Amino acid sequence: MDKFHSLKGIAAPLPIVNIDTDMIIPKQFLKTIKRTGLGVSLFYEMRYDNDGNLIKDFVLNTSPYDQSKILVAGDNFGCGSSREHAPWSLKDFGIRSVISTSFADIFYNNCFQNGILPIVVSPENLDQLMTAAKNQIEFTIDLPEQVIKAGNHLIKFEIEDFRKERLLQGLDDIGITLGYKDKIIAYEEDKKNKKPWLFKDN
Amino acid sequence: MSNQGPKTLFDKIWSEHLVGQREDGTNLLYIDRHLVHEVTSPQAFEGLKISNRPVHRPEATIAVADHNVPTINRQNIEDPQSKIQVETLAKNTKEHGIQYFDLMDQRQGIVHIIGPEQGITQPGMTIVCGDSHTSTHGAFGALAFGIGTSEVEHVLATQTIVQNPAKNMRISVNGELPFGVNSKDLILYIIGKIGTAGGTGHVIEYAGSSIMGLSMEGRMTICNMSIEAGARAGLISPDQTTFNYIKGRPYAPGTEHWDQAVEYWSSLPSDNDANYDHEIVIDSSEIDPMVTWGTSPEDVVSVKGTVPNPSSAKTENKKKSIERSLEYMGLKPGTKITDIKLDKIFIGSCTNGRIEDLRKVASIVKDKKIASHVQAMIVPGSGLVKKQAEEEGIDKILKDAGFEWREAGCSMCLGMNPDQLKPGERCASTSNRNFEGRQGRGGRTHLMSPELAAASAITGNISDIRDFT
Repeated sequence: MDKFHSLKGIAAPLPIVNIDTDMIIPKQFLKTIKRTGLGVSLFYEMRYDNDGNLIKDFVLNTSPYDQSKILVAGDNFGCGSSREHAPWSLKDFGIRSVISTSFADIFYNNCFQNGILPIVVSPENLDQLMTAAKNQIEFTIDLPEQVIKAGNHLIKFEIEDFRKERLLQGLDDIGITLGYKDKIIAYEEDKKNKKPWLFKDN
Repeated sequence: MSNQGPKTLFDKIWSEHLVGQREDGTNLLYIDRHLVHEVTSPQAFEGLKISNRPVHRPEATIAVADHNVPTINRQNIEDPQSKIQVETLAKNTKEHGIQYFDLMDQRQGIVHIIGPEQGITQPGMTIVCGDSHTSTHGAFGALAFGIGTSEVEHVLATQTIVQNPAKNMRISVNGELPFGVNSKDLILYIIGKIGTAGGTGHVIEYAGSSIMGLSMEGRMTICNMSIEAGARAGLISPDQTTFNYIKGRPYAPGTEHWDQAVEYWSSLPSDNDANYDHEIVIDSSEIDPMVTWGTSPEDVVSVKGTVPNPSSAKTENKKKSIERSLEYMGLKPGTKITDIKLDKIFIGSCTNGRIEDLRKVASIVKDKKIASHVQAMIVPGSGLVKKQAEEEGIDKILKDAGFEWREAGCSMCLGMNPDQLKPGERCASTSNRNFEGRQGRGGRTHLMSPELAAASAITGNISDIRDFT
């Protein structure tokens, strides 16, 4: 997995609440069997008209936001479907961090599997950052220090230690868990005796 | 969460499945059953291949194609990409020795319908699937939640998941349900009350006499939409209704283990003095049949109500959000819900595609015709639901009324297959999401119960089942 240490750039403002994963990447793009190539379809229905032409005033279609690595969005970002295509498409577009007041659980988790940093800030801080993004002020996100800098704003954020470590080191989660294989097998042996109906061969 | 003292249903399942703690402080939770479908699994199997990792316990996984499948001609999937996805699932499951119900198998259907139908879903289990509506299985007192594709790969490789415990929330609904009000109205009402982020970080346990009085089908509808309230999972205590439903199903515990299983299942309900981080109590008499007017499941009103006015919103953000929804939905503030004219009716999905739902619809539309300006379709949740409905003559009643009778799948709930709304079309839908573009670009979705959708099909407007004769 790609590492995440720090990030500098212009942030795109998307002041809409409850942006769901259907909005981030609509169903017709879920038919792929690959993880890559979804960036052009990110926010498809907001970004393209019925004929597939770019909608010029949508933020990610305007310069300099078409190069944004950071997204500042309204409350409850990433709600709805569990599709990991949502973080895949964000990442393929170039977005490596999303800032909001809250995230839906599955989406939040999916971000960390893909080297994307979702950051939760207070509603007041979100307003400040949304304004800074609209004014094209450069953002710096520093994961080791857990801080966002944008103009005069210096905003600390919280992140669980294990998630931070995983992003910083780009760790392979499955590899780590397989280090506990003996424990998993011991657990199964114990349950085979105590709850045999769970181990009936399907 | 302490190991001592009274425990909730969630606490009990959690501690029973804890394999241990990793050095990074995270918990490894054992997964009893893993359900797999064609859309969120190809990249997971590809990941295993790249790392040369086997599936740890193939017999704990069951696979089915549901999202992409056509509901008319099953012999041939016309969309080449959908076809590749379905074929990829068949190939991957064969390669790893995983049970797969193919498109011609009567047991094929929506993954969350067939789990319970086959008796795969049982109390006290942990169940995951790369699909947010995995919460459905919580109706059996199983801890069931949706995961992303990277986690699907993790579960295939290790039969565990890395998680930290959720918070406990209990929503109790008490009293006899008023006439015309059922499980779909209950859950829409709850989502309207707590909001789409109201359950974030929590597992919601539904309790109280209204909930425990529901059939398993009704309980599944409730737990199914827990995700629309932002919750990680929904749970309902297993009881005799649960045991009766499971007994004798193909994957249920056999006679040799049945008593032992029931004894364990009976120990699962939350202890009387267990602690909840949040408690909500609702009197069922305050609930009407409910309908969504906007583009989020929390945008819900009584069928007797009107489309809200953005100027009445409490915050500027909420006002903007209502304005955006109304523009998308093509609705004016103050419009009576029952004055909204429909183009399409969709009955089906993992929320309301079970036999009980089809029976209700049939009882309402029997000897009637759908309005001449609407197109109505019924998509059974599984091949077996379809078969049973045909044995009961339900298909004939529905077809006589003007409904299209389709093959099983997710269909127009998300429109990955050809069943989609066209721009501007307005649909009464028994599914779970009314997001912008969900059922087709520019499509306008009104979520409601099967009863309301059936009555609305006949009148052609959104209709109150209580006025319907």
